[in-house]
Amino acid sequence: MDNGMEEAGNSMSAAVQQSKAAFDIIKRQFGPAVSEFDDNPTMPFFEVLDLSKWVEIALFMRDDVRLKFNYMACLSGVDYMEQEMLGIVCNFESIDKFTHRIAVKVKCQRDGGSIPSVSCVWHTANWHEREAYDMYGMTFEGHPDLRRILCPEDWTGFPLRKDYQVQETYHGIKVPY
Amino acid sequence: MQELGKAELNATRIIRQDDNRVVIEKDLDTEYMVLSMGPQHPSTHGVLRLECITDGEVVVEAEPYLGYLHRCFEKYCEKVDYPGIVPYTDRMDYLAGMNTEFAYCIAVEKLLDIEIPRRVEFIRVIVAELNRIASHLVAIGTYGIDLGAFTPFLFCFRDREHILNLLEWISGARMLYNYMWIGGLSYDVPADFKKRVAEFITYFKPKVVELFQLLTENEIFVKRTKGIGIMPADVAINYAWSGPMLRGSGVKWDLRRNDPYSIYPELDFDVPVPDGKFSDVGDSLSRHLVRALEIDESLKIIEQCLDKMPEVEGFNSRAAIPKRIRPKAGEVYARAENPRGEVGFYIVSDGKSTKPLRCKARSSCFVNLSAMKDLSKGQLIPDLVAIIGSIDIVLGEVDR
Amino acid sequence: MGLLDARISNRNVLVTSVDNVMNWARLSSIWPMGFGLACCAIEMMATNASNYDLERFGIFPRSSPRQSDLMIVAGTVTMKMAEKVVTLYEQMPEPRYVLSMGSCSNCGGPYWNHGYHVLKGVDRVIPVDVYVPGCPPRPEALIGGLMKIQELIRMEGIGISRQEALKKLAEKSVDPQQVIDQARRATA
Repeated sequence: MDNGMEEAGNSMSAAVQQSKAAFDIIKRQFGPAVSEFDDNPTMPFFEVLDLSKWVEIALFMRDDVRLKFNYMACLSGVDYMEQEMLGIVCNFESIDKFTHRIAVKVKCQRDGGSIPSVSCVWHTANWHEREAYDMYGMTFEGHPDLRRILCPEDWTGFPLRKDYQVQETYHGIKVPY
Repeated sequence: MQELGKAELNATRIIRQDDNRVVIEKDLDTEYMVLSMGPQHPSTHGVLRLECITDGEVVVEAEPYLGYLHRCFEKYCEKVDYPGIVPYTDRMDYLAGMNTEFAYCIAVEKLLDIEIPRRVEFIRVIVAELNRIASHLVAIGTYGIDLGAFTPFLFCFRDREHILNLLEWISGARMLYNYMWIGGLSYDVPADFKKRVAEFITYFKPKVVELFQLLTENEIFVKRTKGIGIMPADVAINYAWSGPMLRGSGVKWDLRRNDPYSIYPELDFDVPVPDGKFSDVGDSLSRHLVRALEIDESLKIIEQCLDKMPEVEGFNSRAAIPKRIRPKAGEVYARAENPRGEVGFYIVSDGKSTKPLRCKARSSCFVNLSAMKDLSKGQLIPDLVAIIGSIDIVLGEVDR
Repeated sequence: MGLLDARISNRNVLVTSVDNVMNWARLSSIWPMGFGLACCAIEMMATNASNYDLERFGIFPRSSPRQSDLMIVAGTVTMKMAEKVVTLYEQMPEPRYVLSMGSCSNCGGPYWNHGYHVLKGVDRVIPVDVYVPGCPPRPEALIGGLMKIQELIRMEGIGISRQEALKKLAEKSVDPQQVIDQARRATA
C-alpha cells in the first residue's frame, strides 16, 4: 500500500506480491474454505467461504511461523445491500517479523446472520466486533460479552444499515431535528 | 479450642470453645463496591464512564463504558460527499485535526490515484507536525493536572497558543481547520511563513527543556507513574496498540518509518523508544516519555521541511484537486501516524456516486482504551487516574 | 478594592440597594462547573489557561455540580448523555445559570441532519440562559458570553423571576453598530 502504482497489464507491485505469497500459504492449508486472491492494488484481500473454519484460519494466520499476522489493524462491518448480506473486513499486518499485510472478508446473512468471533485470537477484535454488532446487527458466536458499545443499551435498530430509520423519541426526548 | 471452619470472604471463624460452646467470630465485614467514575469527571479527559469494582482502595476491575460522545461520523460519511467529510474528520480527534485530515486525504488520494504537488506535501507535513506538538502539549499538560501538578498545564497551554496562532494564520481557524483538502490544500501558506515558523522553533526549544525539568524529572511525578500500568510488548501488539503506547512498551514501530506516506522517507528523525533506564519498559512513565521526546523529533522534522520546501511562483494549492471527486470502484485501507497512534480509514467506493459507500474510521484511542479492563486489575484508584492519563484518550475519536 | 476607593474618596457612607450589592457579589465570582464534552471543552480550557485567563473575572472552574453556579455545556450532547445532563443540572444549587457553548449544544451543530444519536440542542432538556455561537467559539467569544451572563445577573433582584430578568436583558441589548458609531463620534 506504499507505492502501489500498477504498471501495464497484470504486473503487481512488491507489496501485493508479498500479500499473494502469504495468501498462497493459507490457500495451501485450507483449500476450498477460502476464495481466490483479489489482487487489486489498493487493498488485496481474500474471502473466507466456510464460516466454521474462520477461527481456525485466524489461529493459523497468527501463529504460523511463515505468516505471523499478529496485528489486527481494523475490523469493519459492511452492509452489502444488493446481495442481502452483512460482512466484516479485517486488515492484518505483521509487526517486527515480516512486512506483509493482507485483508480478509467474511460474510453472513442479513437477517439473523452470525459470524464466529475471533476475539480469542486477537484481543482487539473484542471491541471491534461489539461495534459491528451495534451498528449492523450481526451476532458473533463465542464473543464473551456481545452488547452494544456506542449506542445506548435500549436503542432500537441498527444505525449503519442502509435501510435504517431514526426513531422518533428516546426516553421522551425528540430525536430528529 | 478447636477451629472448625473458616470462611475467607468475610473472615469468619467458627470455633468450639473449651466449655463446648460453638462461637462464630467475625473480623471486619468486607464486600466489593461498585464505583462509577461517571461521565462527568475532571480526570477522565472527557465523557468516559469507568465502572470500577473495588475491594477497598484496590480496583478488581475497571470497565470502560463508551458512547457518550457518539456523533454518527460513519453515517455522515455515507450521506455527504468526499470533500465534505473533511470537517467531520477534524472533529473526530479534535486535538490533532490536521493529522486526521491527513490520514483521510491520503486514503482518498490512493483510491483516486492522483499525484500531489511537492510543495503541498511539505506544507502538509509541517502543519501535521505542528499539530502533533500541540497535541502532545495538551496530553502532557492534562496528565500533570490529573496528578495534581497545575503549573505545567499553564506552561503547555501558553506554548500551545503560539502554535494555534500560526495555524490560525495559515488556515483561518484555531482548532478545527478544514485545511487539507483531497488533492491539495485550501490555501497556500502566507509569505512570511518560513520566517515565523523558524522564530517559533527558536523560541520553543528552551521551553521543551524547561518542561522536562518541571514535570518529567519531578520526583513526585516519577513516583506516581513509574511501574504503573505495565503492558508487555506482545500483549500490546495483540491489543493492536499503536503510536506512543506501543513505543512505550518497547516496540520500535512508527508508521512514518514502517509504512511511510507523503515525504517522510526523505526526512531524518529518530523514533524514541524508552530502554528502561529512567522508567520501566511498558509503564505509564515510558508512554509519557515517548510523547515528551517526540516533541523534539517533530521540531527536527519541521526544520528540515522548511529547508527543503520548494518555492513555486504563483503556486495554486488547489491545482491538483479534481473537479468532481468520484473514485473508481474499489476499496482502500490507509493510515497515518497520529499523535495517539494509528488512525486508518477503510473506504469503499462503488464507482458511481460522489459519496462513499462505506467509510470506517479506525481510531487509535478506541483500540488503546480496549485494554483498560486488563490494565486496571489490581491497581489503586489514584493509579487508575495515572493510567488513563498515560493512554491519552480523546473521546471524540473513541466514540466517533 | 481600588474601584471602591476611587468612588468613595471623601465619603464614608455608601448608599445602594441590596439587589445591587448581591448582584455585584454574584457576578464577580461565577464558579462554572467544567462540563466539557467535546472540542469546545478544549477552547474552554484554553480560556481558563494563561493566555485568555478567566480567573481575573473571578471565574474558577469547579469539578462538582454542588459547588458551582454556572454550567457551561461545551460540546455535543448525545442521547446517551442527555439524562446525565439533566441529573447534573438538578444537582446544582439555585441560583444557577446555563451557558450553551458552541453550535452542537445550541442546535445540534454540524450533526443536525443525519446525527441519529445527537441531541439537537441542549435546550431540549434543560433551560438555557445564554447561547454562544461558533464551532468552536473563540475564547473571546466565550468571554463575551460570560459577560452576558454577568449582565443577566445584574438584571436580577429579589422577587424577580428568571424569565423577567431574561426579558429585561433582551430589551437592554443594543445594536452593536450603534455602540461603534457612538464610540467613533466620541473620539472624533
